[in-house]
Amino acid sequence: MHSHIRLTAALVLSAAAFTMDDRGVRAAEEPRVITITAKRFEFSPKEITIQQGETVKLLLRTDDVTHGFFVRPLGIDEEIVPGKTTEVVVTPRTQGRYTTICDHFCGAGHGGMKMTIVVEAGTAAGKVGP
Amino acid sequence: MDRRRFLTVSSVSLGVGALHTMAPLLTGSAEGAELARLLGHENGERPAPFRVFQLSDTHVGWDGALGTLAFERAVDIVNSLAQAPDLVLFTGDLTHDTEKPGEHAERMKRFREIAGRLKVPKIYQVPGEHDAGLDGGELYRSVFGATFYSFDHKGFHFVALDNVSRAKPEVGLEQRAWLAKDLARFPRTAPIVVFTHRPLFDLRPDWEWFTRDGDEVMSLLAPYENVTVLYGHIHREHEQAIGSARLFAARSLCFAFPDPQLVADKKAIPFDKAEPFKNLGIRQVRASLGSRGAAVEVSEVSLDARELSGTEGFNQLLKNPSL
Repeated sequence: MHSHIRLTAALVLSAAAFTMDDRGVRAAEEPRVITITAKRFEFSPKEITIQQGETVKLLLRTDDVTHGFFVRPLGIDEEIVPGKTTEVVVTPRTQGRYTTICDHFCGAGHGGMKMTIVVEAGTAAGKVGP
Repeated sequence: MDRRRFLTVSSVSLGVGALHTMAPLLTGSAEGAELARLLGHENGERPAPFRVFQLSDTHVGWDGALGTLAFERAVDIVNSLAQAPDLVLFTGDLTHDTEKPGEHAERMKRFREIAGRLKVPKIYQVPGEHDAGLDGGELYRSVFGATFYSFDHKGFHFVALDNVSRAKPEVGLEQRAWLAKDLARFPRTAPIVVFTHRPLFDLRPDWEWFTRDGDEVMSLLAPYENVTVLYGHIHREHEQAIGSARLFAARSLCFAFPDPQLVADKKAIPFDKAEPFKNLGIRQVRASLGSRGAAVEVSEVSLDARELSGTEGFNQLLKNPSL
């Protein structure tokens, strides 16, 4: 009886110590922030690396006109509007190199405007992503 | 050239042009007779065989080695035919965009001047993103008129769709509603030709070779048994079947892109002075009548550049002979 109570208490305490919010992220842990800047006709940086299962917050800004930020396999489809920072939280599940394009026509060099999101095998496995 | 004739589109693709010969549905049945009456109502035309050429991505103003040579060559080829086609359809990127004041309008004027040499009864066009993406199509509409519309020709219903003016690659809710209403008049057997700029399916989304609401557009076309879609944008030939619809991309009249299944990066195939029209050509489409109605056959027509081939010949024509 007493051992049963002690076991139950231990389980309750453990659950409280590892409380997960809606995104599956530990409440006390903030995601890594990466700032990406768009301008005709490039993204900066041109490549970022995220670990598989890692939750990252992307801050998207533009130095000139409206751009798109589109990478379907990662479920990202955003507009980057002048004067505003667009926030995107992503937790990639699959390793790979993902081409992200501007899909809001921005001028003659629009067709080549892209960057790469690299998802590597990492130590953040187990986190639940969107 | 008067605006009326120019709105009748002939399509010739320099690199690859598409010649579409279409035979309308036989009207032996009551349904066929009703279809013929419906399609002929607006313009009085009766169903009859006819040919169409498709030209695409002329990019007038683009600073490439060929300039407008390929475009002009395509015009010469069409004009040299023993029998002129009924229609020419231009599937977008008529001009290359620029933000220099007044320059884009000049490029559109130059496009009309070259296209105006076509000795065909009717020329129609749709914009590409380089024509209409920056200003929502305002300049394009002032020069060419509507960016989406429909018309009937000898038993076929033609639909021009605009998937570039919204800056994003999409047709949009308003235009899809218009399309649904436009198509509702026709029975499922009506032969329909859609011409637009971007592919209406996910050909290569990371190269922006797609339309965001392409699935919705194809769903509107799905009930119809004889649908042909002509488009450009990808600067290479491609054929795709979606349900009973067949979708054909035409090559460009300025430069080509590689096969996306073979390369990772979207980079233009370099110009080859020894073979200046390599990867460019004309697509021919023949239509035939069968027991099940209209059939469309698409094939390539090589661009005959023998008289202009070789380094010496082209040095006379290249803008920068040192290339």
